Amino acid sequence: MDFPTIMLDISLFCGLYFQIFLLVTFFDGEEKEKNAKSLTETTHATLPTVSIIVPCFNEARTVKKTVMSLLNLNYPKDKLSILVVDDGSTDNTHAVATAVVAHLNTANGFKNIKVVRQENGGKYTAVNYGIRQSTADIVGCLDADSIVDPQALIRMIPFFNDKKVMAVTPAMRVDTHLPRPATILQHIQRTEYNIGIFTKRVYAMIDAIHVTPGPFSIFRREVFDTIGLFKHAHNTEDMEIAFRIQSEGFRIANCHNAFVYTITPNTLRKLYRQRTRWTYGFIRNLIDYRRCLFNKKYGNMGMLTMPFAVIGIGFVFYFVGLFMYRGGVFIYNMYERISTVGTIGLTFSHLSFASISTSFTEYFHSFYFSLGMTSVLGVMLLATTIYIVFKSKKMAEGSAKLSRDIVYFLCFYSFVAPLWIGKSVYNVVLSKKTPWR
Amino acid sequence: MDRQVRLQCRLIKENTMALEEKNKKTANNSINRISGRKYFFVFLLTCGIFIVAFAVASFFNNQKIAEIKSTEDQISIDILSSETQFEILQQSSCSIVNSSILSSQLATLASELSAAEAAHGIDSSDVITLKKYYSLLEIKDYILAEQIYKQCDARPISILYFYSNKSTCTDCTKEGYVLTALRDEYPDLRVYSFDADLGLNAIETLISLYHVGSQLPVIVVNGTTYEGFQSLDNIQKIIPDLAVAAGTSTTATSTVATSTKGISSKK
Repeated sequence: MDFPTIMLDISLFCGLYFQIFLLVTFFDGEEKEKNAKSLTETTHATLPTVSIIVPCFNEARTVKKTVMSLLNLNYPKDKLSILVVDDGSTDNTHAVATAVVAHLNTANGFKNIKVVRQENGGKYTAVNYGIRQSTADIVGCLDADSIVDPQALIRMIPFFNDKKVMAVTPAMRVDTHLPRPATILQHIQRTEYNIGIFTKRVYAMIDAIHVTPGPFSIFRREVFDTIGLFKHAHNTEDMEIAFRIQSEGFRIANCHNAFVYTITPNTLRKLYRQRTRWTYGFIRNLIDYRRCLFNKKYGNMGMLTMPFAVIGIGFVFYFVGLFMYRGGVFIYNMYERISTVGTIGLTFSHLSFASISTSFTEYFHSFYFSLGMTSVLGVMLLATTIYIVFKSKKMAEGSAKLSRDIVYFLCFYSFVAPLWIGKSVYNVVLSKKTPWR
Repeated sequence: MDRQVRLQCRLIKENTMALEEKNKKTANNSINRISGRKYFFVFLLTCGIFIVAFAVASFFNNQKIAEIKSTEDQISIDILSSETQFEILQQSSCSIVNSSILSSQLATLASELSAAEAAHGIDSSDVITLKKYYSLLEIKDYILAEQIYKQCDARPISILYFYSNKSTCTDCTKEGYVLTALRDEYPDLRVYSFDADLGLNAIETLISLYHVGSQLPVIVVNGTTYEGFQSLDNIQKIIPDLAVAAGTSTTATSTVATSTKGISSKK
């Protein structure tokens, strides 16, 4: 057995182990959730005051929709306040936000809304500004490119009945509230976000959530007094705060039916930049919190999710490298063949896509498909992945029908994701910073 | 008195702090608990899946090995058949002799050998055995073809190609491309390729018969040995009859080698 085959078998073992762990946890946790008493025994009198911060930078197009969605929240208006923090936008975000606020003040009589402007300092400074200004029991954050479901907040609040819960994360979706997914990439992301809903629910069951997403994660105000405010954290402050909360022994809950709808990048370039930033930030935060790795003190986060994240990134990097190397050898062989015998025997049919892909498949045949045990394991891993994809869709959208989102995801995701994982690892290794935009 | 009160207060304070610390630790433990049993259970489950995968893979491998064995049996019959053909040939006119029996069997065997190499690797003992059978059948086919051509007073268009899979033979890959291209261009051309490192006595005999040196690749055309890489143009000059064959051919009769530096198999 050669080295790549051994690596492939190890990666399949790790992948299967992780997915089975998630599924076992999910079925176990779902049963417990069914048996547990309803968490929604919260009356108006006991509802906490909530302050939502909307940090914006050049979001003139979407800020109005975002603020209006907050106003539509099913939550007592006397217990809700909104603070729009313009982080030094260079477009007319401030003017649009001010007009919206003025309109709400006069037409709706909603007074607990303010717009403030600060010098551009990055998202985390805008959120920190809002937190300092706030006196509410609960502080939330909603990115200005997202829209929140009216029932989201009222579903999330009861999780704070557990005194150890310091943050609650929502279920992020791509849906018809925003321009419908148009490109293949947006279809892929729709399935990806649905899977995120499944994994966050499972991660919450084992206290291992690694991110409190910018779109509508809410925090107990006192947590910031205990562990401090948001940090720059390699442009991924929402990941760092999650690591910090849990490494301090507090909990992060997830409300899987508190939906927040977000706009997804529609081009590969935009998606690549966004995901490179996320992945780069995630790796850097993993490095910053390396003390948690394989440390029982930090629970499942230290023993399961963090180690598997490191292993996963490592394997992706290795296989991308190997794939590129073998692809290079294939191209070299083609070049050598053409330079040796010209195009004799290399008819048009040889150069068609189907033919090239067949030759390519044949070339990789011995490595990927003829290993017996490896291919059987690959099929099993694919089966669990497909199950999780459909389960996620059912959880997010209420139906588990086969759709093109799923088909695109299964066909293309494993080809596009290595792009940003590879680039992020490259940036980390060479200490190259990854910009926000 | 004052001192006693202060001492009591200090003790109470220390106890409270210790209790708080204990509570904090308990709380932390309850939050960051890990279930060793679950980790172990999932590990067992994953190992179980591995065992099932191994069993399924072994089943298919055994099937493949059975196929190889059956092919080997078939080759034994073919070799016997070729010997019978020799005898028939001695007593018959060339019009009734079918020269393509072995060639078609060789093409099938080449594909199976390719699949076996992909599945088991070129170093597998099963693959090496199969390759030896294949080489024997090639030699038989070559001798039979020579015999037929002699009997029918025709000039054979065949090439014996000796190669090595070792990295020292840098030109073997290129020679493989050339011969594959030639075969595509001239379907009547018979190319018999032999792995010089296979350790088969029959191949060793050919090597000493045609004075094949260590500088591979080597091709033998009409009994003449050509060492080193031969380009497409060179081979076309060596066998001028190829151009004639190209115009008259109706069936593909060329044979193939399958290993990485041989010639790609014809489907």
